[in-house]
Amino acid sequence: MKKPEIRTDWYRAHSTAMLYGLSIGHQASTRQPNMNMFFFILRRLGIALPTLFIIVTASFFLMHSAPGGPFDAEANLEPEVLENVIAAYNLDKPLLTQYWLYLRSAARGDFGPSLVYKDFTATELIAVGLPVSIKLGLTAMLVALLLGGICGIVAALRKNRLIDHLVMALAMTGIALPTFVIAPILSLVFGLYLRLLPIAGWNDGAPANMVLPVIALALPQIAIIARLMRGGMLEVMNSQFVRTARAKGLNESRVVIHHVLKSAVIPLIGYLGPAVAGIMTGSLIVEMIFNLPGVGQYFVQGALNRDYPLVMGIVIIYASSIILLNLLADFVYGLLDPRVRRSYG
Amino acid sequence: MTLSDLNPLKSAAVRDALDGKASQSLWRQAARRFRRNRAAMASLAILFVIAATSILVPVFWPNGIEETYWESILIPPTFENFHWFGTDSNGRDLLVRVFYGGRISLTIGLLTTVVALLIGVTYGAIAGFAGGYTDSIMMRFVDVLYSLPLLFFIIILVTIFGRNIYLVFVAIGAIEWLTMSRIVRGQTLSVVTKEYVESAVAIGLSRTAILVRYIIPNVLGPVVVYVSLLIPTNIIIESYLSFLGLGVQEPLTSWGLLISQGAGHIDSAPWLLIFPATMLAITMFCFNFIGDGLRDALDPR
Repeated sequence: MKKPEIRTDWYRAHSTAMLYGLSIGHQASTRQPNMNMFFFILRRLGIALPTLFIIVTASFFLMHSAPGGPFDAEANLEPEVLENVIAAYNLDKPLLTQYWLYLRSAARGDFGPSLVYKDFTATELIAVGLPVSIKLGLTAMLVALLLGGICGIVAALRKNRLIDHLVMALAMTGIALPTFVIAPILSLVFGLYLRLLPIAGWNDGAPANMVLPVIALALPQIAIIARLMRGGMLEVMNSQFVRTARAKGLNESRVVIHHVLKSAVIPLIGYLGPAVAGIMTGSLIVEMIFNLPGVGQYFVQGALNRDYPLVMGIVIIYASSIILLNLLADFVYGLLDPRVRRSYG
Repeated sequence: MTLSDLNPLKSAAVRDALDGKASQSLWRQAARRFRRNRAAMASLAILFVIAATSILVPVFWPNGIEETYWESILIPPTFENFHWFGTDSNGRDLLVRVFYGGRISLTIGLLTTVVALLIGVTYGAIAGFAGGYTDSIMMRFVDVLYSLPLLFFIIILVTIFGRNIYLVFVAIGAIEWLTMSRIVRGQTLSVVTKEYVESAVAIGLSRTAILVRYIIPNVLGPVVVYVSLLIPTNIIIESYLSFLGLGVQEPLTSWGLLISQGAGHIDSAPWLLIFPATMLAITMFCFNFIGDGLRDALDPR
């Protein structure tokens, strides 16, 4: 008989589905060859790298299927000047040559000159904005994991009590109210009415300037993480091995810390990639509303002004970081879940 | 005294059967459970009102959608001249625009979900039913797409092909089918091993017939739940794009666009933000409660 094996990526879909309380039937999908950790990582890399390649390729060809050239607006250019400009951007070469050139330079981290911010390359603009966005995003991520985790744990431990209902009601609000509603309201209430914090601006990342953007960014993630954590905790607390641990006479705190938490964080790890994507998308809004000089501002402006190299560059950076995090999540997941570890042989 | 009183341990279904009541289908039971859920039923009613007013108010309201009232620009909510929600910076009546925006937001939410539903269910059912390498390859493809920041790809599409409302909903729908296909595939895999499918195979039904007659009806439960959650998600995505200026364009409007304009006037005219944001939030809450209710009704575990 064929030995049942564990598909290593069910949990990512599982965490999404779990959020909605749906069963995704991962038990049934056990079809992946037996392998050890090394081959497992190799295999995930084997998916991650082609994915990155597909992104760059898709971006390039999408960019070139755009109707109208990027210099249409400058119709009053002399024909020779226009020719020179087109040659400078390699637009006169065959498409495949352009593709090859783009691939080569993208691999070096060079995404070409920005079409809107003259005299800057896309890479330079990204380098200016990225530190701001990373600082903002990481802080929001940490806050979300910490607060969301704690809320979820407390709600699960006090199931069906007042605090559980309170946390779940707040989580529902956090999910129902999008960032673009929360952020202006925060700015209005704390910035304008109460005058506690700056309305907008970055001010070199001063703590006071970071508070509102971080809250606006973290709130939806706190809500989702709290829900996931609570769901994971409840599922684990009903399982056999926790009953065994209790039966052994371990006290409740030991059961929770040593037995429940370790298994309950697994769906959370699967959510790491989507969470980062969520923070990135939220960041576009938050940077716009609080007028922060991050990469999101450049992205939105680039998209509105059809600055293709800049937009592609930012998408490639975003995609790579999400892929990297998913890889990391796979790795941590393999370390944490003994079932998977065993199936690695 | 009825027969069932003799044995208190019998389940409700068995009791009904013993008492000679007609057996109920899974769907009828689910409908009954759903009707008993007050939050879900209230949400359904509110949603119905929102949908109906979104359709009717722009038709009957005395103020036009694009009409400019030069004498009343940025006035706060008032009962005069039917500016119940006030007016915007172009002197247009906000109430009629909020309901008109609701029309577009809800339509986009529904249409994108239909696109996602069609692609996701077909794809997932085929993968789950075919199994083997077909399944592996199809799901690997989904894995790859799953790890992309898809919202950014919608933005790229919108950047390149212009800001067109039809493009927006095709793009959202074409991207939001991934989770749907995974759910359907997972369900299909667990249904395929059931006895009734085996017996359908045994009596020689064609694969298509089995798919249509047995697999799809039996995986529908989670799909219904997911649809009720996908509609609000897609409304949010559309609003998000419109907020950034990449979605619906003037003179059309949607809740996202109205919220965006409101956020721009938040210090001088907060009502421009409050009314569309409240409508959006109420809609989101309703869909969430309905989703929860459907899940409890269809998946009683």
